[in-house]
Amino acid sequence: MPQNQMPDALRLEGIAHAFGPNRVLNGIDLTLAVGEVLALVGENGAGKSTLMKIIAGYLAPGEGRTRWQGQPVSADPQEAETAGIVLVHQEFALIPDLSVAENILLGHEPTRCGLIDFAAMNKAAGNALQLLNSDIDPRAGMAGLPVSSWQIVELAKAFASGPRLLLMDEPTAVLGARETEALFARIRAFAAEGGSVIFTSHRLDEVRAISDRVAVLRDGTITLDRPAAGLSEHDIASAMIGREMEDLFPPLAPYPTAAPILAVEGLSVPRDFGPPVQDASFAVAPGEILGIAGLVGSGRTEMVEALVGLRSANARRFILRGAESPLPDAVEAWRLGIAYLTEDRKSRGLLLAENVELNTSLTISALAGGTLIDRDEDSRRYADAQARYSIRAASPKIAVGRLSGGNQQKVLIAKTLAPDPDVVILDEPTRGVDIGAKMQIYQVIAGLAQNGKAVIVISSELPELIGLVHRILVMDRGRVAGIVTPPESTRPTEHEILNLALGLQNHDAST
Amino acid sequence: MIRNSLSRMGPLLALILLFLAGSLLSPTFLTSENLLNVVTRSSVIGIISVGATFVITARGLDLSVGAMAALVAGLSILCMNAMLPTLGAMGALFAGLALALVFGGAAGMANGALVVWGRIDAFIVTLGTMGIMRSLITWMSDGGSISLDFALRGVGRPLYYGTVLGVPVPVLIFAALAILGEIAMTRLRFGRHVIAIGSNAEVARHSAIRVARVRIATYAFQGLCVGLATLIYIPRLGAVTPSTGMLWELEAIAAVIIGGTALAGGYGRVWGTVAGVLILGLVANILNLTSFVSPHLNGAFQGAIIVIAVFLQRRSTPF
Repeated sequence: MPQNQMPDALRLEGIAHAFGPNRVLNGIDLTLAVGEVLALVGENGAGKSTLMKIIAGYLAPGEGRTRWQGQPVSADPQEAETAGIVLVHQEFALIPDLSVAENILLGHEPTRCGLIDFAAMNKAAGNALQLLNSDIDPRAGMAGLPVSSWQIVELAKAFASGPRLLLMDEPTAVLGARETEALFARIRAFAAEGGSVIFTSHRLDEVRAISDRVAVLRDGTITLDRPAAGLSEHDIASAMIGREMEDLFPPLAPYPTAAPILAVEGLSVPRDFGPPVQDASFAVAPGEILGIAGLVGSGRTEMVEALVGLRSANARRFILRGAESPLPDAVEAWRLGIAYLTEDRKSRGLLLAENVELNTSLTISALAGGTLIDRDEDSRRYADAQARYSIRAASPKIAVGRLSGGNQQKVLIAKTLAPDPDVVILDEPTRGVDIGAKMQIYQVIAGLAQNGKAVIVISSELPELIGLVHRILVMDRGRVAGIVTPPESTRPTEHEILNLALGLQNHDAST
Repeated sequence: MIRNSLSRMGPLLALILLFLAGSLLSPTFLTSENLLNVVTRSSVIGIISVGATFVITARGLDLSVGAMAALVAGLSILCMNAMLPTLGAMGALFAGLALALVFGGAAGMANGALVVWGRIDAFIVTLGTMGIMRSLITWMSDGGSISLDFALRGVGRPLYYGTVLGVPVPVLIFAALAILGEIAMTRLRFGRHVIAIGSNAEVARHSAIRVARVRIATYAFQGLCVGLATLIYIPRLGAVTPSTGMLWELEAIAAVIIGGTALAGGYGRVWGTVAGVLILGLVANILNLTSFVSPHLNGAFQGAIIVIAVFLQRRSTPF
């Protein structure tokens, strides 16, 4: 490997850090060569984000030294950035009211005679986006763009700032397959120019695809630090969870023979803060797990949001339990036994500042009759959920925003399933969740189907869908491109689904 | 979120400090007569502030309450005077007071409908309705005053000046509403939904909460509180002028914020609002009783208290 001959660009020696009594990092030694791409993996709470923040100067380490090109890094993000260390946060730091170009060049606006040169700015931003293979209009307003575009703009901004070391925290979490591929190409080009990269990801296939080296963090200690070549996903996962992994997915029950509990025909959603959906039809039976695949922006979320009344839409026929009815509104859907788990846990799923107990009970107490709140019932319900979904929280009164991503997701699942719905729609149920929590969520999903619930799972991770579901509905540009029904025991291949999602099988005009 | 006990109990601490200061500075401060007088005078703003607590907790705002109070009082007085010949003094009084609640509730409902269904920012809607209602009362009174018929004044007097077991009636009404409000905020589904909507309306929408209905209900409740406040206000002065209720909206918002409710919504407490109202009332009272600071500086003190209260209650949330 060439990086072995390269000088160390970054050197961490004995980095330790604690938040109060919580030790997050225990003596981390790590080096990074010029032009090297390092994947930092680990379960939520393993200390990845803390380590990234220390490297980028956002946090002064309790112990240890950080050296960048031989110089100590001071705990000052501004200085670190001047030295070429740029951190792309998981949370977006973009201004909705500005245009894409204004965001990308914020603070570095090109000027002419003291005035902002908008033409030059749009051109520079367009180039930055082009390098990520993105066709986002630099003049577009930020506010109207979907979450995946925000991530791309954030990345374009980071690359445009002329970094030497790029730190990326979960850059692909909200990206689809095509965008991820473009990002990886950009990372390769950046590394070839001598840039160094550290990124975190929960997707082990990606980790193997892009990184030169993989470092695994578990409980604040590095448990594996090896070249990516020759490393299997199984090796990485074992180092992450500290034990041999059993099969990731629970066994799939046979395809149910019951009649569909929910069927929709000719569902159309107008373009309104999201891509449109045209003439979608599908059905799901009790005991079935139906997967929905498709690129980001293909209308997956919009289609199911229409089913649960969160988006105005019309359908030729909507049939629930054999009876035809109009599409429900957001509260009716819950009353009819249709639950929807949002893909956007932080801004649509949970009240981050409120405690876990209240969050768990929020939906069911809204559905229950009566004007008084029964707080004892809330407590019982949370105790039950905590045991059932193994939620790890210091106390039932802790704010849910203080939990790790995996535990937040379990609280959201508990909240969504509390009303005991018959049809459960889960949108990216394992997004931003570590592998241990993922396996637990898969168990929950399989358990729902076993108990005769109809389950719909939307996911951007094809291996997840292939391992978990009976049938996969594939969406492409707002239409149902096809439903892959595997014969008896064979599961559809990743290749088959990708072809559909990329429109290679349904659109004869494609090249 | 982290709220240490100091910022949580801040309004109570401030009240205690004011009590200490008042009793050290003036011998008449700690008399029951003086204190009851302070609470009685504060109860009109206090009742309005209880309603404002719900509006603000749901991330709304109502700037129109002062003008609404004037208009509702003016309309009620006109109705009472008109009903006097047919219903008699007692009948006209009670019918008029009931109408005050109806007028207030309807005005609040109109604010809420414009904000929620019209999708107009609450600040703009209530700024507009404030102007409209203020102008209407000025027009109705022709720039002068609308007076309660003399026959009604005697009958209505006890509503402001009467006492039950030594406690003035306005204080009783304020206390009862505050207790109901505190229960509604902490124990009723309505309060939970108000908090959820103020905290994140999108999450509320995803949680089977009827967001539009609850938001309108907060404005309607605010209107009812304004109606209730006029029940006390009318018997006190027996007349309404174009300047009635001037700046009450700001006093109410100040009381709510001093009490620890978040202006950005999602966190509200009625007991804090009660403390906020009393803090503002006591500061004015102490300045009036003592001589070394001019009572004209009352506004400066109140302004400083608002800023300090918000400073002490800054939330240190990591998200």
